Amino acid sequence: MSLIEAEKAEKIFHQNGKEFTAFTDISLKIEKGEFICLLGPSGCGKSTLLNAMAGFDPVTSGSIKIDGKEVKEPSVKYVTIFQNYGLLPWRTVQKNVELGLEQNQKLSKQERQEIAEKYIELVGLSNFRKHHPKQLSGGMQQRVSIARALAVDPEIVFMDEPFGALDAITRMKLQDDILKISRTEKKTIIFVTHDIEEAVYLADRIVILTPNPGKLKCVYEVPLKGYRERTSGDFLQVRDKIFELFNMKPENKIEYVI
Amino acid sequence: MKKLNSLKHVVVSFAVLILLWQLLFSVSHFNEALFPSPLKAFRALIEMIGDGSLFRHIGTSMYRFAAGYISAIVIAVLLGLLLGWFSKAFQYINPIVQLLRPISPTAWMPFIVLWFGIGDIPAIVIIFIAGFFPVLLSTVAAVGNIDPIYFKVSKNFGIRQPELMWKIIFPAAFPQIANGIHLALGTSWIFLVAGEMVGAQSGLGYLIIDARNNLRTDILLATIVVIGLIGLLLDGLLKILEKQIMKAWGGGTA
Ligand SMILES: Nc1ncnc2c1ncn2[C@@H]1O[C@H](COP(=O)(O)OP(=O)(O)OP(=O)(O)O)[C@@H](O)[C@H]1O
Ligand SMILES: [Mg+2]
Repeated sequence: MSLIEAEKAEKIFHQNGKEFTAFTDISLKIEKGEFICLLGPSGCGKSTLLNAMAGFDPVTSGSIKIDGKEVKEPSVKYVTIFQNYGLLPWRTVQKNVELGLEQNQKLSKQERQEIAEKYIELVGLSNFRKHHPKQLSGGMQQRVSIARALAVDPEIVFMDEPFGALDAITRMKLQDDILKISRTEKKTIIFVTHDIEEAVYLADRIVILTPNPGKLKCVYEVPLKGYRERTSGDFLQVRDKIFELFNMKPENKIEYVI
Repeated sequence: MKKLNSLKHVVVSFAVLILLWQLLFSVSHFNEALFPSPLKAFRALIEMIGDGSLFRHIGTSMYRFAAGYISAIVIAVLLGLLLGWFSKAFQYINPIVQLLRPISPTAWMPFIVLWFGIGDIPAIVIIFIAGFFPVLLSTVAAVGNIDPIYFKVSKNFGIRQPELMWKIIFPAAFPQIANGIHLALGTSWIFLVAGEMVGAQSGLGYLIIDARNNLRTDILLATIVVIGLIGLLLDGLLKILEKQIMKAWGGGTA
């Protein structure tokens, strides 16, 4: 049994009496410890699929199972990291990271603090524990949100364009960090992006989606292992391959007549 | 430097006001009993300070104000948080609120005096009514405006009611609630005087009525100035408090 199993998953939104299919017929198996990128153009249903897997907004037909159980609502076992961080501005970094731990009655206040400190250190923000989110840069805020997610020791971390709002250099730094973390902490990561290079840099497998309605085009196993050099020939070759995959989709075979 | 500058503005503006007042007094042919000079009002002020009556009345007024204003805030915020959360219920309650809101609190005065007699209660009730609606409505709106991402995060970490209320909803809504609380300060202070003019035998509002009855326009004007100054002071204090709290909230508006 795979960790995550999607079977003919479909999501239909009903809006002012109209039906809108966000994605349909998505079947997919994800194994424990994998780094998966959901890649596709805007509007192809990446966020909707992620929300369905994370339990925020379940599928309307078919099924998505985690650990063999149908996903119906969010759980602390699968934590989602959002593009706009979702930090509580009235709490310090330390208190933000403790948020998820506060629900665990078995932990004492002391233990909670120690766990939070450990993960704040992991993301390199030990000197900012007493700061409020607004006093931090976007990249630092996203680190806090990563620390907060990891602190509850989830099986899966869902990320929806987590670095989308960051500048290129910060983004690359955070990509390296999340790769390192995914290896040391051995988490399964489902990472939404529309940046092909980001997907090639991070993923073990790339789930390629096409829009109108959102459909699974293919699952591409990245042939690069371990650390990837963004400028290496192999890397560029893989990147070009993905570009090709997108350009070859039937919708694009429109003939232009001038 | 900035503080010093704004102090300069205050001093200059008040000086000009007093000067205009004096000028108006000098050129007008009003009886001084009807239109007192700044100096005369100032003497009346000194007199009231001297015999202790001013601070006694201020004390009484402040007590009533605090009782009415603080109870209005507490009840309106609690109710507003609940109604904001149970927004379906609020849709039924909102029409009633909208009906009651435009009614000046003083319109209730006859009833209030009939029910509670005169004394502290009528003024407190008037202040309560004046403060209640702005705080209630801003609280309900604030809860409605909370960024849905906070609810997603809470759901993810298994935070449910009632914890959700004090861990997420109240703090997330607080900056906007604070706006309502600030707004309510002004209206409550305005209606304190109205409340005391009708339903009390003490306090600043009563002082106004008493001065009128005794044809002491100098005391009247001195009291009016005092009411304005205290209003200004309260506003300033609340601003400082707000700043402190916003700092604890992570600085700036959320
Ligand atoms: N709650 C909703 N109600 C109705 N339609 C929705 C809802 N959420 C999303 N959609 C629609 O579903 C489609 C897929 O949206 P989704 O946000 O999943 O796309 P995406 O791939 O994440 O795009 P982006 O890269 O821009 O974030 C869009 O056309 C969107 O308008
Ligand atoms: Mg999206």
